Amino acid sequence: MKQSFIARNPSILIFLGALAIFTLAVTLLSSAYGVDFLSTSFIKTLGKTLCLCLVAIAMDLIWGYAGILSLGHMAFFALGGYMVGMWLMYARTETIVLASLQGSVLPATPEEVVEGVTTQIFGVVGASDLPPIWSFAHSLPIQLLLVVVVPGLLALAFGWLAFRSRVTGVYLSILTQAMTLALALYLFQNDSGLRGNNGLSGLQNIPGLDDVGQDALSVWFFWASAAALGGGYVIAAFLVSGKFGSVLRAIRDDEQRVRFLGYSVESYKLFIFTLTAIIAAIAGALYYPQAGIINPAELAPIASIYLAVWVAIGGRGRLYGAVIGAAFVSLVSSWFTGGRAPDIPLGFYTIQWVDWWLVLLGLSFVLVTLYAPRGFGGLFDRFARRVPPDRHGADLGPDTGSLQQAEADK
Amino acid sequence: MSALLEVSGISVSFDGFRAINNLSFSIGPAELRAVIGPNGAGKTTFMDIVTGKTKPDSGTVTFGEKALSLLKLTEAQIAQAGVGRKFQRPTVFEDQTVQDNLILALKARRNPVAVLFWRPRQADLTRVEELAAQVGLAGALPRKAGELSHGQKQWLEIAMLLAQEPRLLLVDEPAAGMTLAEREQTTALLVDLARTRAVVVVEHDMEFVRRLNCKVTVLHEGSVLAEGTLAHVTKDQQVIDVYLGR
Repeated sequence: MKQSFIARNPSILIFLGALAIFTLAVTLLSSAYGVDFLSTSFIKTLGKTLCLCLVAIAMDLIWGYAGILSLGHMAFFALGGYMVGMWLMYARTETIVLASLQGSVLPATPEEVVEGVTTQIFGVVGASDLPPIWSFAHSLPIQLLLVVVVPGLLALAFGWLAFRSRVTGVYLSILTQAMTLALALYLFQNDSGLRGNNGLSGLQNIPGLDDVGQDALSVWFFWASAAALGGGYVIAAFLVSGKFGSVLRAIRDDEQRVRFLGYSVESYKLFIFTLTAIIAAIAGALYYPQAGIINPAELAPIASIYLAVWVAIGGRGRLYGAVIGAAFVSLVSSWFTGGRAPDIPLGFYTIQWVDWWLVLLGLSFVLVTLYAPRGFGGLFDRFARRVPPDRHGADLGPDTGSLQQAEADK
Repeated sequence: MSALLEVSGISVSFDGFRAINNLSFSIGPAELRAVIGPNGAGKTTFMDIVTGKTKPDSGTVTFGEKALSLLKLTEAQIAQAGVGRKFQRPTVFEDQTVQDNLILALKARRNPVAVLFWRPRQADLTRVEELAAQVGLAGALPRKAGELSHGQKQWLEIAMLLAQEPRLLLVDEPAAGMTLAEREQTTALLVDLARTRAVVVVEHDMEFVRRLNCKVTVLHEGSVLAEGTLAHVTKDQQVIDVYLGR
């Protein structure tokens, strides 16, 4: 029964192949490296979609496999974005300040530069000192490290408190949502040090790459997002393929039984919660330079609920299901809300999709939950003949004289 | 013979109801014991305390040669120390194959990082096949546990317990829902297991207890009413009054 990792998970090859073909196609259709068929903004949308697929994989790990409905993973996603955004904004403002000080008689002192940057960034919220959390904003390596460390530590501390007290089910979901809301409300304050509701902006301009146009940058970020998604998929498949995945699914189905088998359920939950928070943060760090702006509204609990809806529609407990769900729903959503969907005039009322899209999404969520609990991923299962076991049959028991089905059903 | 499990003077109340009242119990390292008693006698609560699910208000529970106190340990640590438990209702992981179920239970390191990089060696797979063969599930390894019949699930759970290699086995109503042939098989297995480890069987069915032919502990209202051979306890007037007479 020994097989290689890839042989046991044929979906990895299919997925990576599809992703590679898609990446190549987009590159060849881009304006920077191809025939100029896709607009730069659309390539950015596709790149962002890949990041959303990555965070959906994280959500599927925590929800579909470990059974923890976290409504806080978009908070980790946004935190990752903030961490990389701080460097982007600082470094870019620094070049602007340096350029403006160029003309003065005396060369600018480091203090003057920092003061100039502070005024530029924080003038809008009326602060004159650089907040302490910006201490490392000048350094790209440190901020990149913080992308992983800050959400990781937050998840570790939150998870430790929640799982140790054996908070489970809907109560845990509420708790994660409360965490998200508290974080968003905190960031909305001007003195949070992250520019309050203005958020961080101009993130699409990468310092030091001024002579590279947005058309090329968008493709670079698309490549990076595709690589992260591919890597994330392989890591997630590795996590769930072996005994670890077996323990996770067992925890989802009967955590008390897992405890009596000698597994510390709390450490497994903490491990997967923290790991998925880190994956979400990395996805966020790639997403926001493509979006160009981040503000506390991105942390709103509704974002995490959307994430859960994507994974539910795509199919829980199947990594490709999560990816399909996130890609499909977020692309359709941007089509509807982008004003490109034609209005439907009914004579007495005109259905404008910008408003009615949410109704449609909610309706499809309800329908999927009721009629296709396995989501889109379930369609693939039917293809691969991975149908759930039929738990009814006449032949019961290992020996003659075993219980009959009628007796067992009692 | 020193005791493997020593429970002394434990009491526990739920909302004022005394489920266990100054109960003491001990079992040797290779002994079969049946625990009987009417509903509400505290049989399940007793098991919950030993396996760490419920913490007693007072008393001590020690395990093994080093008299390890089980009260400070979590369920998982107690299981790792060598206490296995079989539930009345078969609880196997229905969404996973028989092989996955057995691999989960196989004695190995249990921390997340060790499990993440754990890959089955040939010896592990052989052991899984042996265990499956022992309970008549040799051909069912790649099947999902949810497809098995009730009796087969019971057997799978027993195989999972064996895979854990516990020193103390707590078995809750093993014969429930089994046919006569399966009961005989179960009896033989339990008697055989008790040669190398301690086995505590909680049972309602007197016929089954008689078959086990071992020392019996009778519980009533959270404490031990009588202890001895089945013949001895069935002659006890108190036992007849509270349990057998009904």
